[in-house]
Amino acid sequence: MRAIDTSLPPQRPATKTAEFKPSLLLKEDHHLCAGCGEPVAIRLILEVIEELELTQNNVCILGHGCYGSFIMLMDVDSTLCLHGRAPAVATGMKRMRPGVAIWTLQGDGDMTSEGLAEIMQTAARGEDVTCFMLNNGVFGDTGGQMTASSVIGQRTKNTIEGRDAGYHGNPIQLAEILSQMPGAGYVARGSVHNAASINATRKMIRKAFQRPMDGHGLALMEILTMCPTGWFVPPGEGAEYMMESLGKVYGLGELKDAGAASDDDSDD
Amino acid sequence: MTEMRLLDGSEAIVEAALLAGARFFAGYPMAPATELLEHMAAKLPRVDGVCINADSELQAVNMALGAAQVGARAATGSCGQGLALMQEAIAEAALNETPLVIFNIARNQQDYFQATRGGGWGDYRTVTFAPKDLHEAVEHTHLAFHVADKYRVPVIFMADNLIARTQMGTALPVPELETLPPKDWALDGTMGGTGASRWIWTFGGGKANRPGVGPDGYWRQIADKFDRIAKAEARHEQGFCDDAECVVVAFGSGGKFVEHVVRELRAEGHKIGFFRPVTLWPFPSEALEAATENASNILVFELNAGQMIDDVRLAVEGRDRIKPIGGISFDDSGLNIGPLMDARVIRTRILDQLAGKPLTELPYTGMGAYL
Repeated sequence: MRAIDTSLPPQRPATKTAEFKPSLLLKEDHHLCAGCGEPVAIRLILEVIEELELTQNNVCILGHGCYGSFIMLMDVDSTLCLHGRAPAVATGMKRMRPGVAIWTLQGDGDMTSEGLAEIMQTAARGEDVTCFMLNNGVFGDTGGQMTASSVIGQRTKNTIEGRDAGYHGNPIQLAEILSQMPGAGYVARGSVHNAASINATRKMIRKAFQRPMDGHGLALMEILTMCPTGWFVPPGEGAEYMMESLGKVYGLGELKDAGAASDDDSDD
Repeated sequence: MTEMRLLDGSEAIVEAALLAGARFFAGYPMAPATELLEHMAAKLPRVDGVCINADSELQAVNMALGAAQVGARAATGSCGQGLALMQEAIAEAALNETPLVIFNIARNQQDYFQATRGGGWGDYRTVTFAPKDLHEAVEHTHLAFHVADKYRVPVIFMADNLIARTQMGTALPVPELETLPPKDWALDGTMGGTGASRWIWTFGGGKANRPGVGPDGYWRQIADKFDRIAKAEARHEQGFCDDAECVVVAFGSGGKFVEHVVRELRAEGHKIGFFRPVTLWPFPSEALEAATENASNILVFELNAGQMIDDVRLAVEGRDRIKPIGGISFDDSGLNIGPLMDARVIRTRILDQLAGKPLTELPYTGMGAYL
């Protein structure tokens, strides 16, 4: 395929040639910043829900972060819960509606800072729920402050000289921790920084929904998402910056798949 | 079930909760609420319910919130110290309209402000039932779930150590309550992709194709709802107030002790009555105002440094008529009712007040039992 020359403005205006909006998205517009990775990740999740025919059999629990605004955009039965508590809310829901796909949408601040106990102990109980962590290493919604997952050296608004291990402590590698727990059936880390990573992440998201529905326990699906605004880099440099910083610490791929033996997801 | 059984309060409350249709409980042990958790853990699975031994009160209340949001009758519980940890979620339930029952098996009566004022954020109130004994606790358990569902609000059920750990015979009667509409708001997961998907959210934002009224409008609607509840759900019990020159106000177990003392004093010829708020919020202000119209003394008995007395002062005119006769009162353990919860002491305090004498301070119980 011939590469599009982007060094000059386009010679003819952009025209819409096809509908790419997932059916579970009520509106294409959102208020998130240019270069943000979260809408890409959420789009993948919604597409997979439809592919797996969970459209009318799922409930989403959103935490607090920029992605929270998607409660209005997703055509999914949803609640926006207290900061960090989504896995606890998911537990109550799943126990009362065991046949329904229950999934949380959280950020790294929501999950590893405010809600570390909730995700760890929900995984320990082996609840059959899917937990998404959109990891950008900052509190994006509040303007780019350090979370528990900010990497060493990362500049944030409250680690202005870079996160220092001695002063600010070390990042929590949650996926690695959960992969050691018997109650977590599927643990994977994807990313949305380029087309290949998006495709790989989509496949992981399928399993992240399938494994809990098959009774393998909690699925943690971490997705590295760009936050150029919170990182103070131009939107176009978000993907590169992410893989140079977060990507160096948070390795991509499947960390655990308790349902691999019974895998019938062979369409890829 | 009509046969009488000898049950302690914790077990009776749990049996009543199951009869009321509760199917989910999550809790964390803390005396004197621990037995409630133990009975829930034993009994809920027998009715295909679930009891989760949560790893914190924060998680317990949020689990119950989730269970309630998908349509189940759900509850959590602890003592007041545990409810302190749950305040954020109780406010959340009020603001996002989730029906939730919170059992407070209180250590004493220092939870009055916590229950009626709350420590969470926002313009919300919590309906609070304060039973006087096991029989009323059974009835209030049904009412708590009913009122929670009727208005989609959190409801606090505030019993105490004495009720929870005293055995009484009960037939576990089920009160007749109005039939409530189905929970078509519940997140059962079926409305995805229909364009009519549901949302539960404190901002009232709605969905892109059906925008909500937003925080300003939504929070005004919530506040209006609590105004309606305040008018409709205040409950009280009173006796001998019509010609009473002195009315003693007390709630919960303390109310039962006061009632006993007032009946004795009436029999001896004193023009005295009793008034017991059955709901702490809504506080039965109008009823109290009417009941104390002719009283020159309004004595407030509560086992704390003075909390409900604020609501008494808000309800009735004539501040100088209102006098506290209660106080902080614990035994050595810090868990149990102390020396003030004694009919003879209450009687002495009432008579001293009527005679214009100062209250007799009781000696500290001390830590003798531990030394």
